[in-house]
Amino acid sequence: MTDLVIVGNGIAGVTVARHVRKRSNRHITIISAETDHHFSRTALMYIFMGHMAYQNTKPYEDHFWKKNRIDLVRGYVTHLDTTAKILTLANGDKIPYGQLVLATGSKSNKFGWPGQDLPGVQGLYSYQDVELLEKNARGASRAVIVGGGLIGIELAEMLLSRQIAVTFLVREKTYWSNILPEEDSRLVSRHILEHGVDLRLSSELSEILAGPTGRVRAVRTASGEEIPCQIVGLTPGVHPNIDLAKAGGVPTGRGILVNDYLETQIPDVFSCGDCAEIEVPGDARNRVEQLWYTGRMQGYALAKTLCGDRTAYQRGIWFNSAKFMDIEYQTYGFVANKPRSGEEHFYWEHPGGKIAARLVFDQADRAVTGMNFFGMRMKHPVCEGWIKGRRPVESVLSDLNAANFDPEFFRSYQRDIIAAFNQQYQASVPEPKRRFLQRFFA
Amino acid sequence: MSKHTPGFHPTPVYLNLLKVAGLVLFLIGLGLFTFSNFQDQFRITPEIAEQLSAHIPDAEIRQRLSPVVNQTFDNKFILIDNINRLLNPDHSIQDYQMGEYRFWILKTALSGSIREQALNWFFFSVVLAVAGALLYILTGLHRKPGIKHDGIFFDSAMMRGITGILLGGYLIGFYIVLYWFPQYLVQSIALVDPVSEWLRNRPADRWFMYGFLYTLAVSVMGIRMFIKYRHSNYHLVRTASVIFFQLAFAFLIPSLLERLNKPSMDFKNAWPLNYTFFTDWNLNSLIAGGNLGWFMLFWGIVLSLILVPVFTYFYGKRWYCSWVCGCGGLAETLGDPFRQLSDKSLNAWRVERGLIYSVLVFAVVMTVMQVVNYLSEGAIFGDYTWRVNQAYSFWIGSAFAGVIGTGFYPLMGNRVWCRFGCPLAAYMGIVQKFKSRFVITTNGSQCISCGNCSTYCEMGIDVRWYAQRGQNIIRASCVGCGVCAAVCPRGVLKLELTNPGERYNLVPDDEINALMEKN
Ligand SMILES: Cc1cc2nc3c(=O)[nH]c(=O)nc-3n(C[C@H](O)[C@H](O)[C@H](O)COP(=O)(O)OP(=O)(O)OC[C@H]3O[C@@H](n4cnc5c(N)ncnc54)[C@H](O)[C@@H]3O)c2cc1C
Ligand code: SF4
Ligand code: SF4
Repeated sequence: MTDLVIVGNGIAGVTVARHVRKRSNRHITIISAETDHHFSRTALMYIFMGHMAYQNTKPYEDHFWKKNRIDLVRGYVTHLDTTAKILTLANGDKIPYGQLVLATGSKSNKFGWPGQDLPGVQGLYSYQDVELLEKNARGASRAVIVGGGLIGIELAEMLLSRQIAVTFLVREKTYWSNILPEEDSRLVSRHILEHGVDLRLSSELSEILAGPTGRVRAVRTASGEEIPCQIVGLTPGVHPNIDLAKAGGVPTGRGILVNDYLETQIPDVFSCGDCAEIEVPGDARNRVEQLWYTGRMQGYALAKTLCGDRTAYQRGIWFNSAKFMDIEYQTYGFVANKPRSGEEHFYWEHPGGKIAARLVFDQADRAVTGMNFFGMRMKHPVCEGWIKGRRPVESVLSDLNAANFDPEFFRSYQRDIIAAFNQQYQASVPEPKRRFLQRFFA
Repeated sequence: MSKHTPGFHPTPVYLNLLKVAGLVLFLIGLGLFTFSNFQDQFRITPEIAEQLSAHIPDAEIRQRLSPVVNQTFDNKFILIDNINRLLNPDHSIQDYQMGEYRFWILKTALSGSIREQALNWFFFSVVLAVAGALLYILTGLHRKPGIKHDGIFFDSAMMRGITGILLGGYLIGFYIVLYWFPQYLVQSIALVDPVSEWLRNRPADRWFMYGFLYTLAVSVMGIRMFIKYRHSNYHLVRTASVIFFQLAFAFLIPSLLERLNKPSMDFKNAWPLNYTFFTDWNLNSLIAGGNLGWFMLFWGIVLSLILVPVFTYFYGKRWYCSWVCGCGGLAETLGDPFRQLSDKSLNAWRVERGLIYSVLVFAVVMTVMQVVNYLSEGAIFGDYTWRVNQAYSFWIGSAFAGVIGTGFYPLMGNRVWCRFGCPLAAYMGIVQKFKSRFVITTNGSQCISCGNCSTYCEMGIDVRWYAQRGQNIIRASCVGCGVCAAVCPRGVLKLELTNPGERYNLVPDDEINALMEKN
């Protein structure tokens, strides 16, 4: 079989390589510019906070690649010739390919704010960004973070760990409210405030101001307020990195356009992970999925296709998870930030305000279609099974402990949740008896 | 223009001051504890020579000391020289015996400020160090509950920096002196005489001093664990358990038994970790100990051969390693700050398996020899049993378990002994691997391969390797500390009990994706 060349050693590219290796003997090369070896992007924050060193974030030991005969090339690919099937690296090296996978990931968004390229202003995506932050953090005492998504809150936590005060500018009325329903969003917002973040809701950046040395000195918000700072973190999301695809004339939209098989419109060129835009026939919006999980699932499907078992990428029941400072969050199925028509949202929150559950169900057949959990761990396969099987909400509630994934001796909240549900809906879901040990930890 | 960021609350200055103060107090205490050993003043009065009969029964040998009676020595080395010369001119007394004599002569002859100001010394060393450590530890309450590992990888003490190496050096030095040169620690040992007298009605020996410090370390650092993990019942419960077993079973009960002049035993110390259980002297002393002795003999055998495998079947080896064991107790409390230093590489795993099963074989062979030797009254292996015993006790019992096991905390992590050397861990590991209900399950495909679990696994298990494949973790070495599950930011891991046959869930080819597709 022909040589397989993968650009990008992120989770998507590496998953392709690993699974192709499991299924075939062909020659595999991964070219990537950022680091010599695959590392976990999701762990960048922990490097900065001193929970781990870069070395610890590598999911495979360095000898793994050689042992599995996956060639690693460190370099930046500047040109792609899809007729001659040749890649050109920045240092001039040429690498021919038989099949090519573009797994070039994302880049941080910048919205053309005045001053966005000043020293001291940065995003958080790459390993180099963390190195830069390390420099920028030296001697800094105040930072402003712009953009209220998951990366923004991670950046806030990172800076706080170095005793740098953080002002967090969020455009929405509450944190991440374009995704989270109101109560959930409030719970997280409260938690952010508790950690001493100066959370500014409904506020926007208008300009970044330079000081006499040319470094950032302050930001000005849309309301005209000037906030002094030495660091500006821009985290208003990411967009697919399509530079190389464009250079090679591979059709792109927001991302690199692919079909369900992750094939681009050019023969022998494929794409997966953050950079891919999966075309959806009809009016629906094309899918760009920028998650670790989806990168891994796409990489797996593509590996099968590359080995002759043409497999469509199917996302399955949606899931995601995150951690907001100290609060873990899991979501399964579809939870819109407002109930859609025909949909009912049941929300329960622990009086302590740090633990919550939301069940979204269909008003007609009561089937649970989505769930959010805060501060409690739930079993992925069980939750997925419920949603797939369209289990009615009452039955899910009376079985809730079957999905509990909290450590031993943790208190179960099933009874409280059921009681709240029964009260709210005049229902009579039976409350389970407390088991002997649970009484001690209630 | 706002000058201060609203809401921002950096660590208050007073808190850092308290921390520094705690550290200084601790270091003063530790310093005085160490320095006490240079307070040399020894005097063998006739009464003291008489008192020595408890340790040197042979009056003729005691008589040999008469040239130094009523002399004052303000240098330990000179006195030791004299003892060696006078007591053992023809080298007829065995090394071991000489060691005991030397120690007790020094200990009994100790006079001067350590004796006269005993309580002051105790207060300014032990009490001060404990107070300082507690002060430092209590500042942890300022941090919000939850996993707070900020800065660990920048910390010299916790990352093998110069502080870590000094700390390791101190511990290693302490163990070497304790095991092989206790005569240089007599003052430190004398410091705890008041406690020993009160508890056991006899002066402290080095093992009492060691047990006392050990129990203090487990308790004080256990408080640190209570604070650090106050959000996690699992850790609160198991920490309370190790403190209880150390305090009651390893320290108080044996002390009280000694007070009552009964055979002494740490009832939770199971063979083969307890490698002296089947020695002829222990068996003889138990059998001579009447009903209680017979009970101890019975209990020791039942514990090791029945309870250990049965409990391991039901709960995994964690029931012992992170809930009961003394070595484990120290590792989970004093050793907790060093857990990230364990080596996670495949090579380390190879070394681990080679070493730990060799020690197990060594221990089993030695025990067989001991038992045969006992039953045949020395007819079969004769002197060899004793020699093998000596070798094991030196290399494994002292050098490995003590010097390396604890001394290397700041160098190789807190479970060096448990991982590479403990024969009981090896024994339970085999049960855990092949027949147990214990397993760490992984949560679907939620793993983001961040590496927190592997980094903080004290046993050097590459937890992530399994988690990112969606594979359950069943490893002989896992002590079930539960820290991997606690540090996982995505709730991927759970320590569980299930049907032994259902523990293995490896999906051979497609890993996690196939796992999800099956649903
Ligand atoms: C701070 C942070 C936290 C996150 N946390 C989570 C989380 O908790 N959960 C979650 O699901 N997702 C999370 N994500 C998103 C997740 O990390 C990404 O979706 C995922 O890493 C994308 O993987 P990928 O393989 O598609 O691309 P990438 O990991 O971006 O890999 C692409 C690689 O290709 C290289 N490359 C690009 N162009 C070229 C070229 N021309 N030549 C050579 N090399 C090139 C890049 O340098 C890069 O190394 C997080 C992201 C960030 C930044
Ligand atoms: S695998 Fe987890 S529970 Fe087992 S020893 Fe390692 S950290 Fe502890
Ligand atoms: S199991 Fe948890 S801690 Fe371990 S790598 Fe996966 S996400 Fe990280």
